[in-house]
Amino acid sequence: MLTQKISKKRRAYITVMRTLMLISALATAALVLFLVIYVFAKGLPNITWELLSTKPSYLQNRIGILPDILNTVYIVLATLLIVIPLGVGAAIYLTEYASNKKVVGIIEYAAETLSGIPSIIYGLVGMLFFCQFLNMKTSLLAGALTLVIMNLPTVMRTTQESLKTVPQSYREGAFGLGAGKWRVIRTVVLPGCVDGVITGCILSVGRILGESAALLFTAGFAHALNGVIEGLTSPGATLTVALYVYAKEQGEFGVSFSIAAILMILTILINLSATLVSRYFNKRRKL
Amino acid sequence: MSNIMTAENLCLWYGNTQALKSVNIEIPEKSITALIGPSGCGKSTFLKTLNRMNDLIPGVKITGDVSYNGTNIFDPSVDVNELRRDVGMVFQKPNPFPMSIYDNIAYGPRTHGIKNKAKLDDIVEKALRDAAIWDEVKDRLKKNALGLSGGQQQRLCIARALAVKPKVLLMDEPTSALDPISTSRIEELALQLKDEYTIIIVTHNMQQSVRISDNTAFFLLGELVEWGNTERLFSQPNDKRTEDYITGRFG
Ligand SMILES: Nc1ncnc2c1ncn2[C@@H]1O[C@H](COP(=O)(O)OP(=O)(O)O)[C@@H](O)[C@H]1O
Ligand SMILES: [Mg+2]
Repeated sequence: MLTQKISKKRRAYITVMRTLMLISALATAALVLFLVIYVFAKGLPNITWELLSTKPSYLQNRIGILPDILNTVYIVLATLLIVIPLGVGAAIYLTEYASNKKVVGIIEYAAETLSGIPSIIYGLVGMLFFCQFLNMKTSLLAGALTLVIMNLPTVMRTTQESLKTVPQSYREGAFGLGAGKWRVIRTVVLPGCVDGVITGCILSVGRILGESAALLFTAGFAHALNGVIEGLTSPGATLTVALYVYAKEQGEFGVSFSIAAILMILTILINLSATLVSRYFNKRRKL
Repeated sequence: MSNIMTAENLCLWYGNTQALKSVNIEIPEKSITALIGPSGCGKSTFLKTLNRMNDLIPGVKITGDVSYNGTNIFDPSVDVNELRRDVGMVFQKPNPFPMSIYDNIAYGPRTHGIKNKAKLDDIVEKALRDAAIWDEVKDRLKKNALGLSGGQQQRLCIARALAVKPKVLLMDEPTSALDPISTSRIEELALQLKDEYTIIIVTHNMQQSVRISDNTAFFLLGELVEWGNTERLFSQPNDKRTEDYITGRFG
């Protein structure tokens, strides 16, 4: 009799908990769905070829986001171009060369901390250091360098983690054939960490696309149409910054929502490619 | 027959624990020397000292001498990469690189500067033939080596080691992860290879030692208890501990 009572109580408890969890799961899914549908509904109708392919003109009373698209491309490329060699180099040094495990531990800990700092602080420091101290003025390059510092820990950590998955037996095999340290790293270790580097890139691109605070300080919010070189040395807004500027300063919510929709699509694509890449490499590793 | 390698008063410590205690041994050229003994007695440690693979482990301290062809391998003027080219190694667990069969074999020669395609083709074919695996892989040289069976992978690793034309081949329990058929193929292979190479092989299997080796060395707790002609060691061991071990009365 007694046991029956307890088990009934338990069953009720389980039912309640299960329902609560289901509700929170549904709420999460509904929120995401609502957000996506809302942004797409408001943004997609305003996306025209003219919007995508022109620059803003007061004379013709027209807004175009081509400069912002190009600025985004420039800043992503410049950041990756600098952050990948630095991050991968640091990761290789820490896992393959550094012998003082304590120092390695401190650096890893610092990197973790660094990636948790609010981005506006990076912006402030970037403005003081790159724009003023190094006299780069407000420019895409100063913005890219600030983003390099922000993303360096991510690239370094993902590369390091994948370096650690390269079996020690590969290194032994190569050393055993008389290969020197650098050759072992180049031919056996590095190919094994490509997936980590790619993951780091994808995460970084996502973060760069989403960044506004740090760039407002360092890269500014101009909408001039520039080639790569002038682009990097002059101020410019990325898509995210442009979204902010159009909504906040000019009240152009239609344009802002169009940009939001574009960013949303890019985010989904990035997440998708991250999944595909990791699936591809997992499969290859099991071979 | 001259000795290609000798160890004199060789001691080795991992941090504070001594793993080799004053080992003295001579390795005759073009013969097979088997290292036997219970696990943890220092066989792998001794083997890895011979081509300085222990350099990779932090905290290893070594005293005493090992000479290869009359030169002390610990001498600062010795190029360790050249030493490892001459004293090759096959590991317990087959460890082919995750690349094509061809690239696996060509890895060593390329490391030592051979770039000519025709030359590499010749070396790859000869190494694979010498390791008795050519017929099985000749149609799939461009395929990934990780797709081979365990026994094939181990013969591939032997071929990879042979491709740099070593003088000495160190093998650390090369058959312990393999089935009996693959095991006997590798034993046959070792017997063929000794015409050209000096082989030092660690084995946990005393029958294997009797079947293939000319000399046997018995290790116990870091000490080289006794070594000499295999037949003699197994029929008339000098040391009581050797006798106990080979008659299975041990532990
Ligand atoms: N990298 C290492 N660090 C510390 N101790 C080790 C290391 N490798 C081996 N040892 C120790 O050295 C002794 C000999 O090991 P090993 O040479 O592997 O023996 P065997 O090959 O005969 O089984 C063992 O006690 C083992 O625990
Ligand atoms: Mg061992």
